[in-house]
Amino acid sequence: MTVNFETRLDRRFAKLKAEGRGGLVTFLTAGDPDPVTALKILKGLPAAGADVIELGMPFSDPMADGPAIQASSLRALNAGMTLVKTLDQVREFRKDDDETPIVLMGYYNPVYHYGVDKFVKDAKAAGVDGLIVVDLPPEEEAELCLPALAGEINFIFLTTPTTDDKRLPTVVKNASGFVYYVSVTGVTGAASAQVTDVESAVARIRKYTDLPIAVGFGINTPQAAKNVADVADAAVVGSALIKVILENLDKNGKAKDGLVDKVLRFAQQLGDGVRQSKK
Amino acid sequence: MSKPNTYREGPDQNGRFGIFGGQFVAETLMPLVHDVAEAYEAAKNDPEFAREKDYYLAQYVGRPSPLYFAERLTEEFGGAKVYLKREDLNHTGAHKINNTIGQILLARRMGKTRIIAETGAGQHGVATATVCALFNIPCTIYMGTKDIERQAPNVFRMKMLGAEVKPVTVGSCSLKDAMNEAIRDWVTNVHDTYFLIGTAAGMHPFPMMVRDFQCVIGDEVRVQCMEAEGRLPDTLVACIGGGSNAIGLFHPFLDEPDIRIIGTEAAGRGIETGKHAASLNAGSPGVLHGNRMYLLQDDDGQVLEADSISAGLDYPGIGPEHCWLHDTGRVEYVPITDDEALEAFQLMTRLEGIIPALESSHALAYVKKLAPELPKDNILVMNLSGRGDKDLNTVAAHMGVEMGVSL
Repeated sequence: MTVNFETRLDRRFAKLKAEGRGGLVTFLTAGDPDPVTALKILKGLPAAGADVIELGMPFSDPMADGPAIQASSLRALNAGMTLVKTLDQVREFRKDDDETPIVLMGYYNPVYHYGVDKFVKDAKAAGVDGLIVVDLPPEEEAELCLPALAGEINFIFLTTPTTDDKRLPTVVKNASGFVYYVSVTGVTGAASAQVTDVESAVARIRKYTDLPIAVGFGINTPQAAKNVADVADAAVVGSALIKVILENLDKNGKAKDGLVDKVLRFAQQLGDGVRQSKK
Repeated sequence: MSKPNTYREGPDQNGRFGIFGGQFVAETLMPLVHDVAEAYEAAKNDPEFAREKDYYLAQYVGRPSPLYFAERLTEEFGGAKVYLKREDLNHTGAHKINNTIGQILLARRMGKTRIIAETGAGQHGVATATVCALFNIPCTIYMGTKDIERQAPNVFRMKMLGAEVKPVTVGSCSLKDAMNEAIRDWVTNVHDTYFLIGTAAGMHPFPMMVRDFQCVIGDEVRVQCMEAEGRLPDTLVACIGGGSNAIGLFHPFLDEPDIRIIGTEAAGRGIETGKHAASLNAGSPGVLHGNRMYLLQDDDGQVLEADSISAGLDYPGIGPEHCWLHDTGRVEYVPITDDEALEAFQLMTRLEGIIPALESSHALAYVKKLAPELPKDNILVMNLSGRGDKDLNTVAAHMGVEMGVSL
């Protein structure tokens, strides 16, 4: 399917290219640890230095996630988060910010249950630019990828160390927005990859697509973010940010005073890291 | 839904049975899932693979399992002639080993050096640990802590067999969560590890492959019933968790239009209480663990925790082929409560001297309702999928008996 529309993602990556640096993609779960606190963090992320925002759609069974994101998903669900409320948060965010791209990331079942056509329409109207759905490989493109493209939302595909040269063309066929390289085989927040491995993987993917390449999994410090942003178009940080939330909860799991600031301060350090990167 | 010409052709090339099934898998695993599918196709067409599998099924598992005429149950019910397919007599005490023999041979052909598996009741875990001991391959079994508690004998068996049993403490601490953890392990160790799925569910090709390995049950029944009665059965009954023992019995008979086929799913404390595992009777289509199936879920598409006294049926989904057979109307699926299963458990034990698994007791509970309504010449075959020794603690607790004290 030819992609003949433009989203905030295309504009943002063009801007990063013009600035000659790699970008910071932050991942947080919508509604973690509660919807009010989560919205404050969300609204503060662009000023802190996030170039692209990934917002997790909480799911009861996050099969590809490690303990940090599993727990964050559960906190959000326990705080009453739903897919409807996730879209509400995007809508709230868009009242003050019409430039920072938002990508929803999660698993297929909540979207399928919501209804694919209705979801694409509502997500677009709320201001969503892209979707990452972990359990929808290219084999299942008819489920959501093609409807999303028809509704002018980017569908971002994951590539991994196991995606070989034979398979890469299939994976990038309907890709738009950017391509997400999962730098290690494993769940989120586990091991981190060597920069040299990332560099050669990015070069390999580059042979098959002109899209920006963001690299994630296991990036947990500003220096690591910079190192990845040196060799890729963006670095994705998720579990490490979520750990800051975890460290600032009281014994009942409620947000302590200062949680929002601490998360945003860490985001700022990550943002400062990628701003040192050079293309 | 229009009736297909055959019920035995599925899945299609995309792994679908109607809208069910598929390959809803993270990209990291996708190449390996294709490898498994290719290796299985090659094995299926290799007479040496069939020869090796049949050898172990006969000499190691003890197949064919008997088709036993349950005279006293028949007399008790006063209707259909009740036959029991004695999968409980297989080595390790359940049908699960039919599948683990097939898959371990496949894993060896693929050169995999480590096995992981999920288990609920522990029967699949034991069957996996057993074949891993036989072929000297290290294995890790994921099991929810709720199940570890209620199936303690099987946990000890797995450990004795050399398996590492990893307790799963998240979510409902049962089969669903064990499956999540096994998938996380597979994603992490994708290069050397084979995920030996125990039921006819998960991503394609597993539902098809597990079904094929379990079809030995129905294939034998066909021959044995001809020998015993000179004709095919009229009625088939089996319990459904993920659905592997049931599809193994049903599949060879799906295109015999006169045979009535019934699956029993776990209604736990009653469907109206919300505490059950009846995904066909009370769920809706959803996507989990690599396939689309009927799923217990809330208004937001979050998966609900299942509830059943039987650890092997305590799962919020059901294999995709059963979902399709349900929608086409070819197979009837009925709910059976914990209490009905417990009553059937005791009935079979007393009348036949056979202690059935709580899973299989769900099938008998429906036979108890159905058989009296059927004519005396109706031949009913129930799959006695496993033995009940593992369930004695659960049953004793329910009866208020403290094991080892007040016996």
